[in-house]
Amino acid sequence: MTATLSRRSAPSQLVGARLPKWAPAAAAAVAIAIAIALRFLLSWTGWATTTVTAAVLFLMTLTAWSFSVEGRRRAKDRFASTLIYACFVAAVVPLVLILTYIAIRGFPALSLSFFTHSMNGVGPDDDGGGLYHALIGTLQQVTIAAVIALPIGIFTAIYLVEYGRGTFARAVTFFVDVMTGIPSIVAGLFVFTFLLLGLGMRPFGAAGSIALAILMMPVAVRSSEEMLKLVPRDLREASYALGVPKWRTILKVVLPTALSGLITAALLAVARVAGETAPLILLTGYVSQINMNPFSGQQASLPMMVWDQMGKRTGNSGAIGGPWEARAWGAALTLVLLVLILNVGARLLAYVFRPKAK
Amino acid sequence: MATTGGTDPMTDERPGDAPPERDDAVRAGVSEPPGEAPSAGGFGIVHAGGSPTPDAAGITGRSVRRGDRVFLGLAAGSGALLLVVMAAIAAFLIWQAMPALTAQSPWALLTTQSWNPGATPPVFGIAALLFGTVMSSVIAMVIAVPIAIGVALFISHYAARRAATTLGAVVDLLAAVPSLVFGMWGLYFLIPKTQGFQSWLTDYFSWIPLFNAHPRDAGGNPVLDGATGLPLSLTVQQYGKSLLMAGIVLAIMIIPVVSAVCREVFLQVPAETKDAAWALGSTKWEMIRTAVLPFGRAGMISAAMLGLGRALGETIAVALVLNSGFKINWVINEVGGDTFASIIALKFGEASGSELGIPALITAGLFLFAITLIVNSIARLIIARKKEFTA
Repeated sequence: MTATLSRRSAPSQLVGARLPKWAPAAAAAVAIAIAIALRFLLSWTGWATTTVTAAVLFLMTLTAWSFSVEGRRRAKDRFASTLIYACFVAAVVPLVLILTYIAIRGFPALSLSFFTHSMNGVGPDDDGGGLYHALIGTLQQVTIAAVIALPIGIFTAIYLVEYGRGTFARAVTFFVDVMTGIPSIVAGLFVFTFLLLGLGMRPFGAAGSIALAILMMPVAVRSSEEMLKLVPRDLREASYALGVPKWRTILKVVLPTALSGLITAALLAVARVAGETAPLILLTGYVSQINMNPFSGQQASLPMMVWDQMGKRTGNSGAIGGPWEARAWGAALTLVLLVLILNVGARLLAYVFRPKAK
Repeated sequence: MATTGGTDPMTDERPGDAPPERDDAVRAGVSEPPGEAPSAGGFGIVHAGGSPTPDAAGITGRSVRRGDRVFLGLAAGSGALLLVVMAAIAAFLIWQAMPALTAQSPWALLTTQSWNPGATPPVFGIAALLFGTVMSSVIAMVIAVPIAIGVALFISHYAARRAATTLGAVVDLLAAVPSLVFGMWGLYFLIPKTQGFQSWLTDYFSWIPLFNAHPRDAGGNPVLDGATGLPLSLTVQQYGKSLLMAGIVLAIMIIPVVSAVCREVFLQVPAETKDAAWALGSTKWEMIRTAVLPFGRAGMISAAMLGLGRALGETIAVALVLNSGFKINWVINEVGGDTFASIIALKFGEASGSELGIPALITAGLFLFAITLIVNSIARLIIARKKEFTA
């Protein structure tokens, strides 16, 4: 009883002195004030240096203050925590800047006529034109890539989850992982050497799809594998116990159970390659007219349209700040939106059809 | 026979089963008596019926075996196809690069700092490309890995649980933004905005050789002031498309990738280990340093290697923010720099003009393929070893 009373009346001996709750705010205020003062005293241009200085000053002030009041261990803790928060800000700021910047630059170009016209006969410095031809190309090429890659990816995942034992399965797992790291330009070069140099074909839209499929396959395998692993063992065993052969168990029990997950995996794999530019430079060529046939003749795509509008394909762009710039940003924004819609759609689907906890 | 379902009370062993059929099933890897497969309608509701349908007219032992064979064949075939593709990539690249590989002595190919496969005799080499590729990736790693680990720690141990899930999803989302967009942003926003920063680096850090930027003549030596004999300095506008910028853009691109892997590893740290640290009175940082980071070391290394693989092979973003020069230049805030990937994209248009143009680019691709293959294999081996260790 006396112990409780004395603990209530006097500050606890178990807890050392702590900084007040407002300490970080105060340190921040001091740091920002000093940084702004320095900016005008030393006449720095721009705000980037000032921001960085303020951050460093904040870190130093808070750590020093904490060190003098709370001791070495707490000071270290505050130092590390501040750095970790700073890392998060440092990572998010550029990404937010990128998305806002592309939205600001791209949005003015978007209009109904931009989506319904091709670039046929429109030079870099001419007004008008649009991305219709490129949108068609991207949708066709990515669809063909998905048709090639997804079945192979899902079947490989089935092999790894349901059958895979031993050296061969380990080799497949290993090379799927390694294949994930193949640079897109190398995949493009491979298809280039195979189809265009080896078989002597001319550039065409579906050639790009094959390269995209090579890039999509390992992603599809990895994510469908995760989804298939989530199917409870009990379901399979219940099916086996009823005498259902393995292949029908997979077809009628495992796949339907994992279906929503597989669709999510497929959409994510598609989103992963939809924005690829490098292989298309080598394989599909670019035309400013609408080409509805991905199997014959050069075909445009959104990334290639940006590349072309920026003058990187032909080596000559228009005047700086000309209409080509707005078109390039408009096409890039459309591409980002396409990828983000695929991504968000996939995640929403996964969320809506997530296995409910019982 | 012990595995043929006899232990399951639902599936009675019936003496009527023909032994040959059963053997077929066992050989095909099926662990049930084939005669007892229910009709197709029952598969979805395996818990419902209770007793298996004895009517097995449609599914005999032979058809079970065939179905399983076909399915195993499809599945294993898909896996094999992936291996074939990997082998084919290597084979075709080597085959088509041959003319360029043999056009010069191997030493010349490795050390030449220029790219002129159309000249007679052809002069091109990978020295500057290798340097630019490695340097830009190293810069990216130095910036990205600590930040990515910080982000992963923030999401896994600092942010509130609900916020953490959302933040994790957002970071994953950013990993899907096309590289073209990063390149355009770097070219139009980052480079103009950071010319002052690059010049500041020279002003204050030129004592570090990496930041000792000067105007240079064709031989790569600093241009001297005629009167004083001292090297001239660059104006702010002369800074721009440097390896440093490429490194920063690459860093921004790989942070989501690296932090996603690190986050997964940090979330797997056993609660007991963390609780032990808490119980000993650690501060949060001490808990992370003693429990989380040691557990996640292998994961962090492999995440970094995956990021490195991404950075080495990145094409379009780098092609947009670098100014081709084909010179090895250790000063990273001077304009210039090339990578294997960027050169393939940039030189492809003019490559078909000469006999060795395309093979030379394929040679660059072959080297890139080999480097990324090695880096990724190392990363995967580290992960695999870690898995065995924890299992």
